[in-house]
Amino acid sequence: MTENTLHIPARKTTLPDRKPAPAAPSRVHVRAEEFSVFYGQNEAVRKVSFEIPAGQVTAIIGPSGCGKSTFLRAINRMNDLIPGCRAAGKLLLDENDVFGPRIDVTALRRRVGMVFQKPNPFPKSVFDNVAYGPRIHGVRGRTRLMDVVQRSLRKAALWDEVKDRLPQNALGLSGGQQQRLCIARAIAVDPEILLMDEPTSALDPQATSRIEDLIGELRGNYTVIAVTHNMQQAARISDFTAFFYEGDLIDFGPTTQLFTNPREKRTEDYITGRFG
Amino acid sequence: MRLGTRKLIDRGMTALGIGSIVLLAAALLVFLAPIVVRGLGAFVFRGTIEYRQLTLEKFGRGDVDAVEAEQAEAVEARRPVYEMLSAYKKELADGHESLDEAKKQFRADRKEMRRHEGLADQQRADAQAELDRREAELDRRGEQLAKHEASLVELEELIRELLGPEPGQSVPVLWRDQYGQTRWDRAQVKLDQILNVETWVDQDDPDQPRVRVLVPRADAFEGTTLAPLFPYIENNAEAMLLPRLTFYWRFLTDTSFDAHFFGGIWPEILGTIYLTLGAMLFAVPMGVVAAIYLVEYAREGFLVRVLRTFINTLAGVPSIVFGLFGLAFFISTMHVSPSKSVLAGSMTLAMLILPMVIRASEEAIRAVPATYKEAALSLGASKWWAVLTVILPAALPGVLTGIVISMGRAAGETAPIIFTAAVSVGKPLWPWEALSQPTPALPWNIYNLATEHEAVDEIRHVQYGMVLTLVLLVLLLNAAAIVMRARISKKLRA
Repeated sequence: MTENTLHIPARKTTLPDRKPAPAAPSRVHVRAEEFSVFYGQNEAVRKVSFEIPAGQVTAIIGPSGCGKSTFLRAINRMNDLIPGCRAAGKLLLDENDVFGPRIDVTALRRRVGMVFQKPNPFPKSVFDNVAYGPRIHGVRGRTRLMDVVQRSLRKAALWDEVKDRLPQNALGLSGGQQQRLCIARAIAVDPEILLMDEPTSALDPQATSRIEDLIGELRGNYTVIAVTHNMQQAARISDFTAFFYEGDLIDFGPTTQLFTNPREKRTEDYITGRFG
Repeated sequence: MRLGTRKLIDRGMTALGIGSIVLLAAALLVFLAPIVVRGLGAFVFRGTIEYRQLTLEKFGRGDVDAVEAEQAEAVEARRPVYEMLSAYKKELADGHESLDEAKKQFRADRKEMRRHEGLADQQRADAQAELDRREAELDRRGEQLAKHEASLVELEELIRELLGPEPGQSVPVLWRDQYGQTRWDRAQVKLDQILNVETWVDQDDPDQPRVRVLVPRADAFEGTTLAPLFPYIENNAEAMLLPRLTFYWRFLTDTSFDAHFFGGIWPEILGTIYLTLGAMLFAVPMGVVAAIYLVEYAREGFLVRVLRTFINTLAGVPSIVFGLFGLAFFISTMHVSPSKSVLAGSMTLAMLILPMVIRASEEAIRAVPATYKEAALSLGASKWWAVLTVILPAALPGVLTGIVISMGRAAGETAPIIFTAAVSVGKPLWPWEALSQPTPALPWNIYNLATEHEAVDEIRHVQYGMVLTLVLLVLLLNAAAIVMRARISKKLRA
């Protein structure tokens, strides 16, 4: 991985060339209908309604405290950990209400993987990190686990770097490697959706670029929903973009359209850096 | 100027810090040095021929031929003592004989005088005075003899304590009476007692305490045939007892005999280990599970606040109260055993250390980054699975440290086991016996030896040996905790 440590990939501020998004998204994967999240009395997400298409990369942008992380964490109900947090309205995953009474949260989280802001591998070996999820879901036997681990690490573009270090502690990896390991760990349980909560904010530019490339490779196989502070990043990686501001969904649309021709004044102000 | 002041304060703080560490180290040294020095006395000492004889006869250890040769040597050196004693006894017997003779004569003379009636008053008075004088003289001789006999009995007792029973006498029941002094340091004390009589003399001012004065015992036997005994004993003590440097490491693994007079402290060590492990067996699972509940499951509310208060209060309860509680609850109410037992003691100790285990585990679990739990849950782990596979392993160093520190506490506690588990003398137990039987244990036996033992001065070395062993045991546990913590932390940190 050190062949060109000094090479910093050229960063495009305009939209990158890549295969155009499918004209009509195949299906809606996550649908929010008048969906709100409260922290006690405080309404962090306010009656948002939009549809996130399957197999695409959707970016959620907005200034700090606008509710974008809260919305993201509602999709796999990580907000349950926060005392006093509750939801209202509807959030549908394949037309099933995520907050419905009959939902099995562990099954939901298996379908909706998550990558966090700071790389958070377990203090275990690289192998055990990736195998953690599959083991929970009943994959047994060294060879079968090895299969899953290898496949996941390959998908996360990490295999070549760690294939000789599988028994070593994951905390010995670099920050970027750790984050890709976390992605591999999330992929290993074969989720449909990958939530990414500012996945590159703790990484250096080179590691960031590798993660961004990786997100591009994951498109199609997974529905990726990524929260980011970085508008260039949103522009580079996403097919669709949602703009949150003070708990409201201000704008949602194909990234190309949102960045080149925003419908809303506030969107334009934000992406041109007038506030935020 | 301001920079200079800041630097000065900085240096002052550094000096203060270093100073306090040095002070602490010095205090530790002052505390530990006597323990080590005196405690080592139980392991390394100058053992006499009596010690080697006892070791050979009672424990079957030692070289038979060498001990017999030494014994012959010692017997040879002791012979003059016994010869002098028997010579003196003969002298006393002769004294009695001549006294009886004189008494007979005196009684005959008195009869004679009373028969002569009609003596002149003057003559009569003279004769009576002469008789009175002779009677007083006889009484004095009788008193003198009795005093010498009493002194001899005392002396013989002291010599028996120093050298053991005289060869050829019947064997006493107690081991301590079967042998002389086994340790040279104790032998020297006995030697002093033989050579000098300790008396307490009033001072002129009756409000002042009495003064201890040593009077040579030889004074009491001045002019008798026993007078040369004292210089002989003084000069030939080594030849009679043959002290050799002895390394008695089996002090740790020998059972004790004759109320700790002989043998080692294995039953105490084993009892301490049983009690400590037993306490861990009860306290660790309960404590860790309670900590997990408090951190991961309990919702902060009135109930949990009350629970926490209980735990903190429990940590402050005096240990003697736990001891009484253990007696009242585990033995009298729950009947876990008919009387004192290791089981009841373990349970009582567990109650004592439970708050420590809970607190330490709680802190350790709380210190695990929340991101670990989030990651586990986001992969579809249930809460308890995340706790079991991610949070507990990450908290393990802290939990272990808490456990080992409370182990040290449990090993050293005396009060909780007084009523529930400890006895002053006992045999080493098998684990299954521990369920129903009491055991000696280091802390309790240190206390017992120091306060209640019939002849504590004779066996101070055993007491110090126990203290050293207990301190080392606790230090060892703490060292193990540090090593374990370091190794696990290293594994966790890559």
